[in-house]
Amino acid sequence: MSKILELNNLQKYFATQKAVDDISFNIEQGSIFGLLGPNGAGKTTLIRMITGIFYPDSGSIIFDGKKFDPINDVVKIGYMPEERGLYKKMKIGEQALYLAQLKGLSKAEAMEKIVFWFKRLEMESWWNKKVEDLSKGMSQKLQFVTTVLHEPKLIILDEPFSGLDPVNANLIKDEIYGLAQRGSTIIFSTHRMEQVEEICNHIVLVNLGKKILDGSVQDVKQQFKKNKFSITLHETPTTTISPVFSVDEQKNNALTVTINNGYKSNDVLKHFINNNNTIESFNEILPGLNEIFISLVEGTKATTREFQTVV
Amino acid sequence: MNKILIIARREFLSRVQKKTFLLTTIGLPILIFGIYGLIIYFTIKTTDNFTIAVADNANVFDGKINQINDAEINFVLVQNETPETLTTQVNTKKINAFVFIPKTFDFTNTKDSIQIVSEKSIGIMTREKIHSKLNGLIEEKRMLSSLNITKHQLDSLQKGNAIIFTSTKGVEDSNNKAGISYGVGFVSGFLIYIILFIYGTMVMRGVMEEKTNRIAEVIVSSVKPFQLMLGKIIGIGSVGLVQFLIWIIILIGLQLLIPVLFPDLLTQMQAQPIQPGMVGAASVTQNNPAIHELMNGIHQINWGLILGCFIFYFLGGYFLYSSLFAAVGSTVNEDPQDAQSLMLPITMPIVFAMVIMMKAVNDPNSSIAVFGSIFPLTSPIVMMARVAHGVPDGVSIIQLLLSMVILIISFLGTTWLAGKIYRTGILMYGKKVTWKTIGKWVLRKN
Repeated sequence: MSKILELNNLQKYFATQKAVDDISFNIEQGSIFGLLGPNGAGKTTLIRMITGIFYPDSGSIIFDGKKFDPINDVVKIGYMPEERGLYKKMKIGEQALYLAQLKGLSKAEAMEKIVFWFKRLEMESWWNKKVEDLSKGMSQKLQFVTTVLHEPKLIILDEPFSGLDPVNANLIKDEIYGLAQRGSTIIFSTHRMEQVEEICNHIVLVNLGKKILDGSVQDVKQQFKKNKFSITLHETPTTTISPVFSVDEQKNNALTVTINNGYKSNDVLKHFINNNNTIESFNEILPGLNEIFISLVEGTKATTREFQTVV
Repeated sequence: MNKILIIARREFLSRVQKKTFLLTTIGLPILIFGIYGLIIYFTIKTTDNFTIAVADNANVFDGKINQINDAEINFVLVQNETPETLTTQVNTKKINAFVFIPKTFDFTNTKDSIQIVSEKSIGIMTREKIHSKLNGLIEEKRMLSSLNITKHQLDSLQKGNAIIFTSTKGVEDSNNKAGISYGVGFVSGFLIYIILFIYGTMVMRGVMEEKTNRIAEVIVSSVKPFQLMLGKIIGIGSVGLVQFLIWIIILIGLQLLIPVLFPDLLTQMQAQPIQPGMVGAASVTQNNPAIHELMNGIHQINWGLILGCFIFYFLGGYFLYSSLFAAVGSTVNEDPQDAQSLMLPITMPIVFAMVIMMKAVNDPNSSIAVFGSIFPLTSPIVMMARVAHGVPDGVSIIQLLLSMVILIISFLGTTWLAGKIYRTGILMYGKKVTWKTIGKWVLRKN
């Protein structure tokens, strides 16, 4: 698959701090990409460079095969920032139309697409309402529509599910999948690891302005696995003492074990087979992204790094 | 460019479509004019036909009392009446008031008083008229009896010769023109002062709204921050222009309406100056040439130049200051109070300009006026005061052009400067901004 975005050695300094310090990664077209990191890691700065709000101090951005042109390429990008809002006094329909026109759509084009999306997300009756009359979840939906309305090639969503109830969150989630299937690439920035595990194909973790992890969700999990297995036997084992593994936890016939260095999973099975135990299940336990995230970030100065955006 | 227009359009429409816009734009001048109109109407139309019976038992007025009658006050000489019979006449509303002069009344004695009896309290205008008319007659009688001259003779003795001020170019520099120039200069300078404040803070509040509503980042992912700022400034500036256009149209319309609504207003105004105390039979004759001169003065003013300069300095001053106001707005976080301290360095020169303008309007060629009219932060206000005195009397053409060029260069400069502050400020949350940090933003490249 072709790459929609290539970031090469991006750097952005603010006064005394390196907000983004030499970050490179690629994003494949049609993928759902998770950009993770603790608060103040440099995610927002990175996103702002991708959306053309900031210029990098050094490094290059290749967008859709060409050097990124902030003026003309913004039409191909839809960005829903974490700090987002709308004009409170403006009518919903006019607001959507205005934002679409700012993206470069003609009025007729914009209208057509607004009608399409409003119908799709059951928002037609809102047209003449004002934003101040909307609930938080409703304005989130509107935000989402205005972000994807112009069918951008690259959609950047920063915490898109905050404030949404499960029903609407699922609705948006399905739309995200749909957009990815139709060829859009989605960069998804969040702290909610369970959502990342569910949605993303590929993740990058940044901390203190540096990339510390890059890979598909499966690869990352493999990379951080600790050789833990869960075993369920038909009966409570007579002996669990073996040089092959150590038991982390045991509840009658269910065990969690860690395989010692130099042994393989089959060695564990052999142990139980030799002891005449009937094995009912045997699974590798992969670490959750949450666990990986915490283990990587904890202990760094991440929490004391003060700034969120700009100094 | 196109995006700036889309933004400007939204800013314009969102303000013009508000009810408050209609209210302030159309309601306010109509209200003001309405109040003035009513005041003028009631001052002129006091009481119609106020009849005063005069029982002149001492023969003070020599029977000449009805000579001083006018459209409003009607003196009627009566004989063989007592205060009692006259009181009944007043009460039965046959007459409005009466004057009973006893036989013992001595007009040479200023201690003797004349008593006017009425049923209801008499309005102040009417009082003034009665007072001056009766006293005029008595004065004349005193002069005749003691000096043996008439009042008319005395008036012609006291009358001064006309003193005419002329410029070296042979143009008559009449007092009226100087007065009108003063008025025009003051009003237009003051208008620009108000405009800078009203529309400047409107821009600032707009920027603050975008920032606190968190819409700024959504927008700047589509357009450059500079475009957003410029669009806002242009949009709100157009609101101001439209508002002024409407006001001018209303003004002209009302002026045309005045003769229709009050057909005899102008003739009455000429016949009777409104100020109490100045009313006198003699002033009636002097008044017509004064009005004539006033009209002359108005015609001597170069209205085209003033209107052109007004629009130029309105736009120039607005662009210069509104971008600065936008920059301040962009640095404010949640608390609008923060804006106050940051606004001070911007509002100071505007107030300062107003002070210079007050001086310049009196003395358009003083050195402080010349400085104020060329220095770009004060020129939009001060120059209007000088332009009202005309070119080249109030300001030389070179100074005017210099001031304009400097203003254009300056507003390009402040817009550029403000753009740098704005770009950083609009995306910055949670930190209180000081002038030091703003300085850093300006100096930063990119």
